Amino acid sequence: MSVSDLLPFGSDTSPLAAAGASRVRPVNDEFHGDLLEVSMGPHHPSTHGVFRMIVTLDGERIVKLKPVFGYLHRNHEKLGEKVSYLGSMPYTDRLDYLSSMTNNWAYALAVEKLSGQIVPERAEYVRVILAELTRLLNHTCLAGFLMQDCGCSGTPLMYAFREREKILDLFESLSGSRMMCNYQRFGGCRVDPSSEWLAAAQKLTDGYGAFLDEYEALLTGNEIVMARTQGVGRLSSSLAVNAGVTGPMLRASGVNHDLRKVDAYGVYPRFNFRVPLGDHGDVYDRYMVRVLEMRESISILQQALGGIPSGPIMDPKAKLRGFRPKAGEAYGRIEGPKGEIGFYLISDGSPNPYRYRVRAPSFVNLTILEDLCLGHTVADAVIILGSVDIVLGEVDR
Amino acid sequence: METAEQIRDRLLVRFPGADIAIVANPSPSAQTSLLLPAPHARDIAGWLRDERSLQLDSCSNVTGIDWPDKEVVDTVRTTVADPAGGPAKIVEQKTKRIQPGCLEVVYHLYSVALKHGPVILRLRTGNRSDAVSLPSLTPVWRSCEFQEREVYDLFGVIFDGHPDLRRILMWDGFQGHPMRRDYVEPDDYEWEPTPHGEVLEKAKKHYPTIAPPAAADVVVHNGGAPNP
Repeated sequence: MSVSDLLPFGSDTSPLAAAGASRVRPVNDEFHGDLLEVSMGPHHPSTHGVFRMIVTLDGERIVKLKPVFGYLHRNHEKLGEKVSYLGSMPYTDRLDYLSSMTNNWAYALAVEKLSGQIVPERAEYVRVILAELTRLLNHTCLAGFLMQDCGCSGTPLMYAFREREKILDLFESLSGSRMMCNYQRFGGCRVDPSSEWLAAAQKLTDGYGAFLDEYEALLTGNEIVMARTQGVGRLSSSLAVNAGVTGPMLRASGVNHDLRKVDAYGVYPRFNFRVPLGDHGDVYDRYMVRVLEMRESISILQQALGGIPSGPIMDPKAKLRGFRPKAGEAYGRIEGPKGEIGFYLISDGSPNPYRYRVRAPSFVNLTILEDLCLGHTVADAVIILGSVDIVLGEVDR
Repeated sequence: METAEQIRDRLLVRFPGADIAIVANPSPSAQTSLLLPAPHARDIAGWLRDERSLQLDSCSNVTGIDWPDKEVVDTVRTTVADPAGGPAKIVEQKTKRIQPGCLEVVYHLYSVALKHGPVILRLRTGNRSDAVSLPSLTPVWRSCEFQEREVYDLFGVIFDGHPDLRRILMWDGFQGHPMRRDYVEPDDYEWEPTPHGEVLEKAKKHYPTIAPPAAADVVVHNGGAPNP
């Protein structure tokens, strides 16, 4: 084996190699001006799954970054064409496995648009409650992961996971599963939450503000967190809109665009809540927007739990077996915790969809990863990726 | 928000040579779409983004659809007068023809500035084999970059003018486009020691010599003696 076999890939592009000289480079000043290619991932704890970034460095600064993914690809959309409409519902849990409830809702909404079904009022309230709990869960986890990426090892993540487990307990007692809930149905929800469950959700909501206070006291004004995150990975509002960035990332860049307000789906118009916006579009703003969104989620939860009406949980006319929507197409989208999650369905009148497309928010949000990282160090690229909030189950589909 | 018909009328005034059609949608969602001619697509997309009253600044979703060749039966009814003077007969003549398929790319546009949408654009390739090029809309909306790569990867549409058209979900050496309706899985399925049912059928296809082990081949380990 020659020494050149041991060199990292990309080293054969060096000027020496091009000149036909020996590929073993001496360690001296000739390195100046050379670019170094580093492959981060696919097995790297900071990549939140199986994700790879091919980073080209000039000294310590990133001059090029190419994301590589697809390691978790199972052609989810093809699977969706092979099963019935309802059969895809459990698969949607596996997209963004932190927020299965909102995935379910987005899919149910798209099918309801396609078939023109009506959802009873109680089910709409339950959906809002579950979506906001999911938002709390997702943003809490994100804050924990982000601090872990900053190098704050252990404590913030464990605090976050302690709270997450309480929400997962609620999901488990309602749907039977912690993470793969498979709870929504076309025209309603699968199980009616009992009054005990609603009381437990109320108790969790009442206590969540105190947890956020504690968490923020640790992190929001923390000097190290501010030094690491402020001014890092800035995203301009015009690029964010043009690149289809959605969710908290878009709002951290100062664009007032929340589908709960814009599309006013479900019963969201009945609730009072504000849309937090950032000023600078950096990692700190993305963290801050999510924390403020959690406070608004608590307010929505209080209103929804206080005003939930009694009544049926499913549309009595809804048909689960032998469900065949008429030919046509529909695109339905909701504001998931990570951004706009949409489903595009084409029906040809058969029991299976002719085309089943998932518009995954983290997939589209990754488009501008290179723009965010240019000029920063590798250590910053780690927290920038953390602030984008990706889940590879959804990126790779 | 203007309807698709109104937008089409304005586009026809702005782009006189373009042949823009409305694709109806009979479902309750009533999301009708505009079928654009490929040569004008990028100009039209740029106009839709910049026009002050529309400002479709965000392309939310890009996806492909595969429409394979379809066999269509045309029925022609002709009335034939009876030469004997009786009542006229209706003769049905059925002819079969192949309606050529295409690959279709769908863009869902929204306006973040004016908070309206969707306006749905469709582009169609000439066929599914050799005329699969379409203009890329990535220069207009950056959000198309990865999504058009995905459509190229899974459907095989080639986007002219895309800055970095490579496979994105499948690996670089992969052959074929798995989201096409006629895609056949390659010969690398997971082998089972005791194939049965669907797996056995597949095994026979891939390995015609596969057969259940004969009784003579069954080896009894340990010589059949009881274990110590």
